[in-house]
Amino acid sequence: MDELKDKILALCPQAVADTSGELLLVTVPDAAWHALAVALKEQLGFDYLTALVGMDWKTSLGCYYYLTNSATQEMLHVRVETADRKQPVLHSVADVWSVANFQEREVYDFYGIAFIGHPDMRRFFLRNDWVGHPLRKDYDTSDELNPLRLTDEQNEDDTQRWVEDEKGRVTVVKDKVFADDEYVINVGPQHPSTHGVMRYRVSLDGEVVKKVDVVSGYIHRGIEKLCENLTYMQTLLYTERMDYMSAMQNRHCLCLCLEKALGIEVPRRAELIRLMMDELMRLSSHLLSYGCLTMDQGATTAFFYGFRDRELIYDIFDKTCGARMSMSYHTIGGVVADVHPDFVADVRHACDVIEKNLAEYHQLFTGNVIARNRMVGVGLLSREQALDYAITGPSGRASGVSCDVRKKHPYSLYSEFEFDEVTRTEGDSMARYMVRMDEMVQSIKILRQACDKLEAEEGNEYCAKVPKVIKLPEGHWYQQVEASRGAFGVYVEADQESKPFQKPYRMHFQSPCFNLVGVVDLTCRDNLVADLITITASIDFVIPDIDR
Amino acid sequence: MFDLTIVTNWVHGLLTGWMPSMPWLVTTIECVLVGLFLLVAYSVIAMIYIMYERWVCAWIQCRLGPNRVGPKGTLQIFADVIKILQKEIIRLWSTDKFLFFLAPFLVVTASVLTFACLPWGKGFQIIDFNIGVFFIVAVSGIGVLGVLLAGWSSNSKYSLLGAMRSGAQMISYELSVGFSVLTIVCLAGTMSITGIVEAQADGWFLFKGHLPALLAFIIYIIAANAENNRGPFDLPEAEHELTAGYHTEYSGIHYGLFYLAEYLNLFVVSGIAALLFLGGWMPLHVPGWEGFNTVMDYIPSTLWFLGKAFFMTFVFMWIRWSFPRVRIDQLLALEWRYLMPIGLVNLVVMAVVVTQGWHF
Amino acid sequence: MEVKIKSMKHEDFKDNEYIDGLVEQLRAGGTNIVVGKLDQLINWGISNSLWPFCFGTSCCAIEFMCLGAARYDMARFGFEVARNSPRQADYIMCQGTITYRMAPVLKRLYEQMAEPKYVIACGGCAVSGGPFKNSYCVVKGIDEIIPVDVYVPGCPPRPEAFFYGLMQLQRKIKVQKYFGGVNRKEKFDEALAQPESM
Repeated sequence: MDELKDKILALCPQAVADTSGELLLVTVPDAAWHALAVALKEQLGFDYLTALVGMDWKTSLGCYYYLTNSATQEMLHVRVETADRKQPVLHSVADVWSVANFQEREVYDFYGIAFIGHPDMRRFFLRNDWVGHPLRKDYDTSDELNPLRLTDEQNEDDTQRWVEDEKGRVTVVKDKVFADDEYVINVGPQHPSTHGVMRYRVSLDGEVVKKVDVVSGYIHRGIEKLCENLTYMQTLLYTERMDYMSAMQNRHCLCLCLEKALGIEVPRRAELIRLMMDELMRLSSHLLSYGCLTMDQGATTAFFYGFRDRELIYDIFDKTCGARMSMSYHTIGGVVADVHPDFVADVRHACDVIEKNLAEYHQLFTGNVIARNRMVGVGLLSREQALDYAITGPSGRASGVSCDVRKKHPYSLYSEFEFDEVTRTEGDSMARYMVRMDEMVQSIKILRQACDKLEAEEGNEYCAKVPKVIKLPEGHWYQQVEASRGAFGVYVEADQESKPFQKPYRMHFQSPCFNLVGVVDLTCRDNLVADLITITASIDFVIPDIDR
Repeated sequence: MFDLTIVTNWVHGLLTGWMPSMPWLVTTIECVLVGLFLLVAYSVIAMIYIMYERWVCAWIQCRLGPNRVGPKGTLQIFADVIKILQKEIIRLWSTDKFLFFLAPFLVVTASVLTFACLPWGKGFQIIDFNIGVFFIVAVSGIGVLGVLLAGWSSNSKYSLLGAMRSGAQMISYELSVGFSVLTIVCLAGTMSITGIVEAQADGWFLFKGHLPALLAFIIYIIAANAENNRGPFDLPEAEHELTAGYHTEYSGIHYGLFYLAEYLNLFVVSGIAALLFLGGWMPLHVPGWEGFNTVMDYIPSTLWFLGKAFFMTFVFMWIRWSFPRVRIDQLLALEWRYLMPIGLVNLVVMAVVVTQGWHF
Repeated sequence: MEVKIKSMKHEDFKDNEYIDGLVEQLRAGGTNIVVGKLDQLINWGISNSLWPFCFGTSCCAIEFMCLGAARYDMARFGFEVARNSPRQADYIMCQGTITYRMAPVLKRLYEQMAEPKYVIACGGCAVSGGPFKNSYCVVKGIDEIIPVDVYVPGCPPRPEAFFYGLMQLQRKIKVQKYFGGVNRKEKFDEALAQPESM
């Protein structure tokens, strides 16, 4: 850490480095930030912007940038702030890490911080006519300001840019998203293949896609704001309602983060159960994405086969957790209740059945000449692009980015297990699909090992002793896990003010799908409309995870 | 084998006996009777087909399919019909109203006309042209017009895209259908439907015609699927791309008509396949097996025809529920780069086979 | 009079007072026998051929997919013809949270549906806002925007609960008065009917 600190201070003398936290914290004045960002990426290899967290420190507004060196997996975070609360502006790093494009739009939406040099500064989640920025601490929540409007939004084509000239004067330039003579077709928000309420505005030339404008926020529920008014135990609930197909992993992530902050040691058996639940969830999620991908390409029967096997996993959840979805099983310090006596036998059975059926799936769909024609070479995403857009999970690994958090930053008991990180180099839709299919095999492998370990485990401890009232020390923590669709991160900041129950000062969820949706425009350009559906299905995002 | 012309001749004789002085009235009454029969048969077949599809699809997908409404779900279709008949028909303001309302009727007319040409059994057909096959191919083309009009007049981008796709698709694949039909006409030496069926008395064309007939059969299956907007070629209404394609804006019975025509067309193409390749209403005869052939002759010809058509339909459904959908450029490449040249060559080969007398 | 659902007894259902009250209210004036029988026939048709409009916004949609899949198979009831165009659907099953941004879209979709149309609110979010009730941009129950026929609580509801909700909708449809009752002609509003500028 100290070595890194010295290097950064040499690059940027105005920066202040702090090594007291879990990661190196660099505080940089806004004026020097862009130059440092370029240097960090090009000279120190920090090519992966893991998370961008907007912050309101009451006196100032700003951001934390979590950066990772994809070669060494070294992490650090940078703090940039502005004291101007009326018209806050920072410098954009969207030209350094492309993923910052959407991330900065999110910060603009939540905090009103405009980014100089950002190509398309629009709101991302809320309506165009929304008043105020909801995550600011001084936001007025009254309904008079933002009533339920049943009128359609206007001026969707207008966008703006903040431009700085040589003398440092900042001006706002108005822009149009689409030219007047473009044939713009609206896909969504209610559309069978957007997997929820995503909306794309697609400019077409015949059937060829010229540009995709992603309009998100149709299921934005303001989870991050809601969390600020709940106790830590209560916030666990929301993690399952973001990416409901990685409910277990997401909840695990927040539990890990809070346990890290509290210094709680989780019993080994509890950790093992959690890990098994995570892998079951991953299986279930990949089966669903197989089903959706096939259905989007018209192979309805394959969809039904995928769902047939998911029921097995649902049965396991149902028996142990009492619910098929939104299980609320993980908790701080372990799990809520012990597993059902049949648990291990059921898991083994499910593994056997799914393993056998995977061959059938390949027979039905993978080898089909139509499926291959539609997926091979469609929606290419190179390794550089994937890193630039911080694409993780199966989609990232299909482009050759080795980004499995289970291997790179082992959490839980993953370091004890034998499994392979599935990577491919093609980066097309077929590769993304195949990575998922192969990951299911790996998950089954992990589950089988875990079954043996769980049987060998003595005692029946499933939860550590956790204080009734959870009180975090002052500070901030970041934890990531490998959710079904990529690296899911949780940022928690605690202060000491709210009493008697402590509430988080800020909680941010860095969802993998948010990054995935960033590459839709990139991958779909110059493909056909039908490919848009294939590509989005193969990238496989869950909309409530994007919108939160 | 029972010949239905006995019945029709008797009805004709009866009517002329009643009113010998007014032959025009007799003809009118006969036309009305035939028309009524046609429409009733049309709707009954469509209803049977819709249920057939739902059960076959459920069976392929490990499901049960409709089984709650009526015994074993047999009344399900009546519930659907009642529902769709009373559904509101939405009048849209920004559409071309005349064309918008005309389109579903055009589609249905095309399918009724082709339906009318099918030979249901020995002597059991509306009219026996000497250019019957040509007539079928000609009138089935009207359907494209209906689909195009529906998409165009809806004034919706999705409908328009769906209509454009289907226009390109149906017109292209009509060629392949035409070539495979021509191949069989070449083998049979006649365009008359009865002629074609009777030429298969001693063996179906699928077995008689050597390799070219088999090839024509395969091309026909692919092209008919495409012309019908079904199976892996359901692009015009590709649900996951264009919501409901060209009929996105239609509601109530107008949508019902599209739905009806879709299933009827399925029957029509299966029927034509049965007629051209599987011997129409001719029973299965194996040369030399006299006893077997006599038993087969006792099965009514109409059952033979329906059985063959239902079997062909099953094949079409099997294809539909197994394959993913192709993309528009792949669809057109398949037709223009593979099917049409192969069909052309196949026709030439068939001509050689026929002139040399190589067929069985 | 009792409303019959195949292989479900009257006492298997929970809020029978509501349906019984509805029946009593509707039958109070007596019915013409011809019209009454025709009503029954039509209502039988509608209630057994409910085609859903897929409108899934979040997790409830996954459970709805399970409803269509092999184990629960809503095709048994004839509900499987899910339409993606609102014009052809019979009921809108709102599965998931409706936010302020989505609200106008939902309303518009509802208005695009052809009569007779029904609404089922599935899941806590659609019923009342659910766990997101305190949020700044979540609609507290879709009944603020469109009329709801059946509420199915749960987060997300189990497939069995979906079926129960659908059967309750069937019961409701079976008592409705088709002629003269519910489908009164709405007054035609010229101002609203002007075509939009495209």
